[in-house]
Amino acid sequence: MKRSPRETGHIQGRDEAMVASEQEVLAMDAREERSVRGRGRLTAILEARLRREYLPVLVTLALFVVLFGTGSAIYPAFGSGQVIIDLFIDNGFLLVAAIGMTFVLLTGGIDLSVGAVIALSAMLSASLVEHVGLATIPIVLAVGATLGFLMGYVIHHFEIQPFIATLAGMFLARGLCFVISIDQISIKHPLFAEWPHIPIQLPGDMFVKPTVFVALAVLGLAFWTLHYTRFGRGIYAIGGNEQSALLMGLPVARTKIGAYVVSGTCSALAGMLFATYTLSGTGVHAVGMELDAIAAVVIGGTLLTGGSGYVLGTLLGVLLLGSIQTLIRFEGTLSSWWIKIVTGALLFVFIVLQRAISSKRSPDG
Amino acid sequence: MTAITKHRLFWPAAILAVMLLANLIFTPTFFRIELKNGHLYGSLIDILLYGAPLILIALGMTMVIATGGIDLSVGATVAISGALACSIIADQPDQEAVGGVLTAVALALGLSLVLGLWNGLLVARVGIQPIIATLILMVAGRGVAQLITDGQIITINSAPYELIGGDYLFGFPFAVLIAVVVFTGTAVLTRRTALGLLLEAVGGNAEASRLVGIRARRLLVLAYVFSAFCAGIAGLMISSNIRAADGNNAGLWIELDAILAVVIGGTSLMGGRFSLAGTVLGALIIQTLSTTIYTTGVPPQVTLVFKAVVVTAVCLIQSPAFRAKAFRRRRPSAPAPAEAEVPA
Amino acid sequence: MLRMTGITKDFPGVRALNGVDFRLLPGEVHALMGENGAGKSTLIKVLTGVHSADSGEVRLDGAPLTIGSPKQAQAAGISTVYQEVNLCPNLTVAENVFIGREPYRLGRIRWKETRRRAAELLARFQLDIDPAAPLASYSLAVQQLVAIVRAVDISAKVLVLDEPTSSLDRDEVERLFTVMRRLRDDGVAVLFVSHFLDQVFDISDRMTVLRNGRLVGEFETRALSRVELVGHMTGRVLRTLEELHAPREDVREAIASREPVLAARGLGRKGGIAPFDLDVHPGEVVGFAGLLGSGRTEAARLMFGADGADSGTVRVGGSASALRTPGAAIGRGVAFCPEDRKTEGLIEELTVGENIVLALQAARGWLRPLSPARRAELVGKYITALSISPADPDIPARNLSGGNQQKVLLARWLITQPRLLILDEPTRGVDVGAKAEIQKLVVSLAGDGMGVVFISAELEEVLRISHKIEVLRDRAVIAEIANEADVTPERLLEIIANGVAS
Repeated sequence: MKRSPRETGHIQGRDEAMVASEQEVLAMDAREERSVRGRGRLTAILEARLRREYLPVLVTLALFVVLFGTGSAIYPAFGSGQVIIDLFIDNGFLLVAAIGMTFVLLTGGIDLSVGAVIALSAMLSASLVEHVGLATIPIVLAVGATLGFLMGYVIHHFEIQPFIATLAGMFLARGLCFVISIDQISIKHPLFAEWPHIPIQLPGDMFVKPTVFVALAVLGLAFWTLHYTRFGRGIYAIGGNEQSALLMGLPVARTKIGAYVVSGTCSALAGMLFATYTLSGTGVHAVGMELDAIAAVVIGGTLLTGGSGYVLGTLLGVLLLGSIQTLIRFEGTLSSWWIKIVTGALLFVFIVLQRAISSKRSPDG
Repeated sequence: MTAITKHRLFWPAAILAVMLLANLIFTPTFFRIELKNGHLYGSLIDILLYGAPLILIALGMTMVIATGGIDLSVGATVAISGALACSIIADQPDQEAVGGVLTAVALALGLSLVLGLWNGLLVARVGIQPIIATLILMVAGRGVAQLITDGQIITINSAPYELIGGDYLFGFPFAVLIAVVVFTGTAVLTRRTALGLLLEAVGGNAEASRLVGIRARRLLVLAYVFSAFCAGIAGLMISSNIRAADGNNAGLWIELDAILAVVIGGTSLMGGRFSLAGTVLGALIIQTLSTTIYTTGVPPQVTLVFKAVVVTAVCLIQSPAFRAKAFRRRRPSAPAPAEAEVPA
Repeated sequence: MLRMTGITKDFPGVRALNGVDFRLLPGEVHALMGENGAGKSTLIKVLTGVHSADSGEVRLDGAPLTIGSPKQAQAAGISTVYQEVNLCPNLTVAENVFIGREPYRLGRIRWKETRRRAAELLARFQLDIDPAAPLASYSLAVQQLVAIVRAVDISAKVLVLDEPTSSLDRDEVERLFTVMRRLRDDGVAVLFVSHFLDQVFDISDRMTVLRNGRLVGEFETRALSRVELVGHMTGRVLRTLEELHAPREDVREAIASREPVLAARGLGRKGGIAPFDLDVHPGEVVGFAGLLGSGRTEAARLMFGADGADSGTVRVGGSASALRTPGAAIGRGVAFCPEDRKTEGLIEELTVGENIVLALQAARGWLRPLSPARRAELVGKYITALSISPADPDIPARNLSGGNQQKVLLARWLITQPRLLILDEPTRGVDVGAKAEIQKLVVSLAGDGMGVVFISAELEEVLRISHKIEVLRDRAVIAEIANEADVTPERLLEIIANGVAS
């Protein structure tokens, strides 16, 4: 949403609404000031703020706990640590893709190319790995980053809506899959077929796979980037108010394009994880995966309008979606399409929840 | 001459003409239309027949985009409508019964209207951005479609139902006739009433529209309902044409093609002025592209690469920022539209 | 400290600045004054790197300076705080102060250090703000102060404050001024833009006045009276004026005895306009006189339902009506031509004809379209009556000149045959001929029994056509005066400037 700097001095309706609500806030502040002074007031405000800010994440966490508890109560096998680890194993690629999507959504953009880039990198991996071996990884990552850069460039410098630019990217990546091969290519190289599947024993008769560590490493890296680097804070700033970020002298172009590069790279990595999971590359892989990624991010508490959200929330979102899947699989009689319906319903609940929260915070939504 | 090139339908029409002529090179018989058993056959008829669902959906999408919105859920609506109609017909003792088919069609279209109402209310009442509001149904809709078909691909054998998408009436494919009727109906609805004017006003300047007393909410809801209705008809057509309902794949990504058709047809994604004729041209361009690629022997899936190029080119031409940068200072190494550099 | 010479800036069709000179001394609060369109905003944007000047030179501390972007301006020592707080409400206070220059160690931002330094800074300004709280949890006034803290901490040679007070209340303004004075005493050059005369006289040491993109002059605040300042701003020096109007006492009385078409009692809106009473009678032209930002537009918008009032009542045509939406007002025969034609009036991509019929069509609903013949007749009639040129109903409204666009808006409302017509600055940016036509039209409409509210910054114009005049200042109606023979622009100016209705 762009706001043109207004040359006229008169105040438009929207701003007046804001002014009015600000005055209410003022009045509220004053009241609070009177009732609880000093340190007490501070903690009171902090608590109120915490509740509001983290509400969607907490709802997701609660849902996850309830779902898991219910599952464990009904199916004794469900409540094991291995099921949780399996969530990571089975959804590692989704987690990585959703982390990339979190960056883009935080800037207030959207990336529809995620699923297609996943398919493209699975395809590339399948066709390259027999020839170049380990070098596959940097090549595929570079392709993803380049696609992300191109989309970000077009979005920022030519002011094409992210929706359209990444739609073009999606067409391109899917098309390129079929340029590489119309048919499915299966993968036999140990880089994908063996190494990632070496079980690592944990105490308590549980095991993890190396892919889980890759996903967790990406999560840690993303957390550090978003919360402890200028690039990451810039992403939040742009999502909060792009015009302001520009006027504050932040490198808006670099940061915004960077978000799409991160998303493209994450998608490429997710594509390789996906390839280790399916041991094949085909143009019809991961169709609609971008929707799952968006859903996971939104359910994890990130505002689709940008500026607010946590990558740890995204983890919760992925885990919640994953455990719904697992639960439906355990149930056996419920069909797989319920996953989509439940995802849609959750999406609805969280979007309306966010709408309610943001309209209370400021009428700017 | 310049007056012609300045007409806003000139470029879409020219592109379509060039594409059709290009086909003539590959297929000398491309323009031939034959009359067999009282039915018209030929490549051009095929383009119209297979393009009919896209034309319908793009018409509905035009209304939504004119208001400054977007409807991502039409693909899901296509699947739901087809699934409901087919499952009702399949449950009937006599699939050929006209009454049963009519009931199925009516229920499917009714459900489509409800879905449109849902989108419209989310956008106009709850105040959620259109792209987000319609995303919900886009995600959940395919699940609903599979729920209706119970995860199966329901095949049916019903001559009356096949008429909708696969059969002929008065020598013309019935689907094409439907598309013509809907196009005419939409044109009448928007241009003979004040609907078009008011929609364009809301999309062109929402605040000014409010200050002249236009009640935008109703118009918004109407646009989304209409879009879903068109998608519902398209869903019937598609399932009728293949005599089956496939909850998973029917109308997959058709929303993106429809948006593309609208944009190629000269309606801005920012809303405002819309052109129904442009949208039809846009849809035909997309369909011709697919047909062309098919006849030239390139794998059909690769069409996507061409689409990427077309989307990028069309959007860049429409982008004021791009025009300013590309035409004010022509640098030799001007950052070219990325996607255009791809070897096709 | 800062000197700008011969600054010229053209926008398509407009010369926004024409050879303006401007200087700023260290340790002063300098006010930049001018009416709307005088070029204040443009000058500030040139100074802060949002726009680049077409010609002219900027020198800072004697050295020439090229300012290509806000970032460069900041690096050179020029920081700006805009009317709309340009910070990110979703981030914490500390982060807003330090974003882009957070303390780093071992590849990570040191949050504790950031907060500690922010707390120190805030304490230096004696501001009791929690640096760890999200900015959005504070009022606009506090956000404004945070923006100033940020600006000053980055580079404190020149601080530009572009209408920082427009949405603050009295105490908040005082708080802001305290900070400004402290900065001035530290040697910072503060450039201050405000529409509130009291504030300008309260805080500034010197002022520069612009008018129509040209420099009027630079003045010591102490040596300037308010009346003189307003005179400079509006381009009217004290001079004896020829008779502009004949007092028509009998007419005024006859009009005032009629049942009012609109009666507002205690109508007001927080942050917009203080509660006011107003009667508009059929056939009466009520002029609103006041400077930009005095609350003229806000009052008009309340009477039309464009904004919701939070106090008071409106009666239209004798019956009480809650004007919650423009639709409700239109239904009762109220029409409103907004001040900002481009963003609130015209729908630029629609044709002239479509724009003209839009209000009538909106009232009829989409199912009852005007027949093409009826539409052509109506549009043709008003294009001729208002001599809109070019007289082609099918060209986009965007292509018309300002005056003709205004006539299109007038036509749009006249077609609906309103009982009350509210015109907000209908003659601004309109050439002289069109201006006279619009004035004549207003008089004749009132002659036919329509009530008219006429808002204009041009006092002669208000005096020429109104029966009574509401004087506004600082977001309140401060006087209502009958337009008698002894009412002169000077007297209005005096009331506007000094706030005394004697």
